[in-house]
Amino acid sequence: MSDIPGDLKFTKSHEWIREEDDGKVVVGITDHAQAALGDLVFVEPPEVGSEVAVGEACAVVESVKAASDVYSPVSGEVVEANEALADSPELVNQDPYGDGWIMRIELSDASELDRLMDANSYEATLED
Amino acid sequence: MGKKTVNYDVHVEQGARMVDFGGWDMPVHYGSQIEEHHAVRTDAGMFDVSHMTVVDIDGAAAGAYLERLLANDVGKLTTPGKAMYTCMLNEDGGVIDDLITYYLGDGDYRLVVNAATRDKDMAWLEQQTEGIDVAITERPDLAMIAVQGPNAREKAAACLPSQHRDAAMSLSPFFAARLGDLLVARTGYTGEDGWEIILPADSSEEMWRAFAAVGIRPCGLGARDTLRLEAGMNLYGSDMDETTTPLESGLGWTVAWEPQERRFIGREALEAQRREGVPRKLVGLLLEDRGVLRAHQKVLVDRVGEGEVTSGTFSPTLSRSIGLARVPAGTGDSVDVDIRGKRLAARVVRPPFVRHGKARV
Repeated sequence: MSDIPGDLKFTKSHEWIREEDDGKVVVGITDHAQAALGDLVFVEPPEVGSEVAVGEACAVVESVKAASDVYSPVSGEVVEANEALADSPELVNQDPYGDGWIMRIELSDASELDRLMDANSYEATLED
Repeated sequence: MGKKTVNYDVHVEQGARMVDFGGWDMPVHYGSQIEEHHAVRTDAGMFDVSHMTVVDIDGAAAGAYLERLLANDVGKLTTPGKAMYTCMLNEDGGVIDDLITYYLGDGDYRLVVNAATRDKDMAWLEQQTEGIDVAITERPDLAMIAVQGPNAREKAAACLPSQHRDAAMSLSPFFAARLGDLLVARTGYTGEDGWEIILPADSSEEMWRAFAAVGIRPCGLGARDTLRLEAGMNLYGSDMDETTTPLESGLGWTVAWEPQERRFIGREALEAQRREGVPRKLVGLLLEDRGVLRAHQKVLVDRVGEGEVTSGTFSPTLSRSIGLARVPAGTGDSVDVDIRGKRLAARVVRPPFVRHGKARV
């Protein structure tokens, strides 16, 4: 059974979003996603300073067997990417909601957060 | 729902994630593909390869039939038990399939061909028997388990019937022996020592569980792919197919040109290609930058032209990306690869990348 923290928001494409106090969000991929991908061996982070739109492919996670896009759950500016993943992509497998975070985005439209799923809704999509 | 090997239930019980492979539901990994990979490089792992197609070729004319059918020469196989890797070509020299043939005695051969090509292979084998007295018998009653790794033979031997252990342990590389109802072959697809064991399907689960009990780690097709690629071994359908000849696929060494009077299917096309110059070659690539080579990425060769990655992955042993690529014949020792719009540098190397646990590049 995959881990789905109750304090996060989620997308259908298996990203998680943690709201911070200052209008920024942290984004990663869910425990379910990392388990489905298997051992990650490379993460191509988004470019810091780039503008991203909701649903835009902005990072790539690669397991031994395939490359998968990470889609931005919100619109805004990428203000930070997790540099530790360059040397240790396996952090995404080991700690998907913690050290395995992928990027920090400064929101351009906070109302977009309302369209994301809560933990219960996300869990329901996994059961389908 | 795909076809299931006889070991399907035990795979699921052991935690396998199952995926479709050539119409079969097969384990891709049992938790960690990378750990499975390292188990084979450093200790012992096992693969259920029962989806592969086993075909017996019997009859007085079997040798002559295979001498015409296969680009490598079964005439070289004079010691019973000897195995040989070869391509089966069409008239244009394109590769219908690659396979292992075991010479078990006069008029007694066994082929192991790929699962995904089973239908066309069987049709081709049948089609070429016209006027030849040879029996082609597919063996769906058999299963196949590969045990691979530096400790694989030692561990697996303990699970074989006691009267067969010495004979199994004394097999030389690329030799096989019928031991009771097993065919034990010192062959594999990982670049490590080990056996491929063909056995009655109804005893396969028991053997699999016995191997697991002595510490041979179940491994999925994911690790099988990274292991074979590190070992520089081609995968049919990715690195070669009917549109490429062995000479363009790094498999020139498997084509037996002598004796000249052996008119194997595809020979004339290969001779013509050799005369006119082989336009492309299959090379190994080591990615210099961070990233992962994948099949179908474009290879850019300055002042020479373009090629394509045919297989690519992250090498768990080398901790960097490796691949095979088909490139223009004039390609030198460095190329660029287009990965999502970026040009990343790669070094051209001669496979294997890894052999017997050691880096070779």
